[in-house]
Amino acid sequence: MSMKETLTGPVFNNNPIALQILGICSALAVTSSLNVTLVMCVSVIAVTAFSNLAVSSIRHHIPSSIRIIVQMVIIASLVIVVDQVLKAYFFTISKQLSVFVGLIITNCIVMGRAEGFAMKNGPVASFIDGIGNGLGYSVVLLFVAFFRELFGSGSLFGIQILETVNNGGWYVPNGMMLLPPSAFFLIGFFIWGLRAWKKDQVEEPEFKICSNTRAQEAV
Amino acid sequence: MEYYLSLFIRSVFIENMALAFFLGMCTFLAISKKIQAALGLGIAVIVVLTITVPVNNLIYTNLLADGALAWAGYPDVDLSFLGLLSYIGVIAAIVQIMEMFLDKYVPALYSALGVFLPLITVNCAIMGASLFMVERDYNLAESVVYGAGAGTGWALAIVALAGIREKMKYSDVPEGLRGLGITFITVGLMSLGFMSFGGIDL
Repeated sequence: MSMKETLTGPVFNNNPIALQILGICSALAVTSSLNVTLVMCVSVIAVTAFSNLAVSSIRHHIPSSIRIIVQMVIIASLVIVVDQVLKAYFFTISKQLSVFVGLIITNCIVMGRAEGFAMKNGPVASFIDGIGNGLGYSVVLLFVAFFRELFGSGSLFGIQILETVNNGGWYVPNGMMLLPPSAFFLIGFFIWGLRAWKKDQVEEPEFKICSNTRAQEAV
Repeated sequence: MEYYLSLFIRSVFIENMALAFFLGMCTFLAISKKIQAALGLGIAVIVVLTITVPVNNLIYTNLLADGALAWAGYPDVDLSFLGLLSYIGVIAAIVQIMEMFLDKYVPALYSALGVFLPLITVNCAIMGASLFMVERDYNLAESVVYGAGAGTGWALAIVALAGIREKMKYSDVPEGLRGLGITFITVGLMSLGFMSFGGIDL
């Protein structure tokens, strides 16, 4: 697989959220405003890329019986670094992200890529794969956050786009967009759109529905 | 007593781990095709949460919090930045211990839970509950109740989703929505239902 494919593949063709069902937990909770989402995306990309790099460089020295623990320790240390940096330079955003920075540790994308890709490939390819999967995650997150912030509070990145009624404008904000359920609907529709475009991702139905009538000869 | 009861109810319904905070979503979506499996996983999560949250609470208050090491003669040490690493270590260790314990003494339950036990280590609901416990400054008793409540809420949600998905497998879903897509929308509707608990003030 070429470097370019490793980087861009996970964005649409093998999206971690829409196809691999990885890392959904945080995808939903931190998407009510774009600023917070962007910080979260950058953190996840950094952690995924560097954990892949680290795991891949020592992959020949990890005994397979304790590899999960080793990966966990590497990931947890990286997340601690990210958490401390956010607390130092973006304190308000780190308060808004609350526990979700810590939850990057259990984010299945990081773990899944370390286990699924970095253990089998070289450091450079793994690093690129980490960035690619982080980007795939970010695309979904930013998509959801864009709609939630635009329709929920009429702004993008905190700048008013649609003048809300409270401020003397015309737009009545859709309160549901700020509530958790809207994130589920938006991701559901994102998957629908993605699969309508990339037909090969459509899942096979468990049951085929038979037509009601069957042609029969008159007796 | 009444205080603990309302904490329990709040963590089961109003602050439902899966439907209000979206924690443990990966397993929530992946293992909700059959009620039987969902129930087994739900019980395992309840047990693990009820043990790990109090243990993490003890570790935080006695070792990591600011000034917690005063008993060892280091009153100025603040190790709270090591929190994430120790919580995940505790969770992994407890899951492992529980696996060995069940294997030896309760083999029936062990075989019923099967592959779900190790999966629980990476379930964000467990880690999330520990982090919420620290953020909200729960004491030991509160963290036991909170752990049990959060686990029960999660188990309730996954069993309910599995029930809906079992019924739904005969329905004719548009092509692109099939599988994961429609599950997301179902969970969205369930979460909307759980929102109605939001107005309750306990």
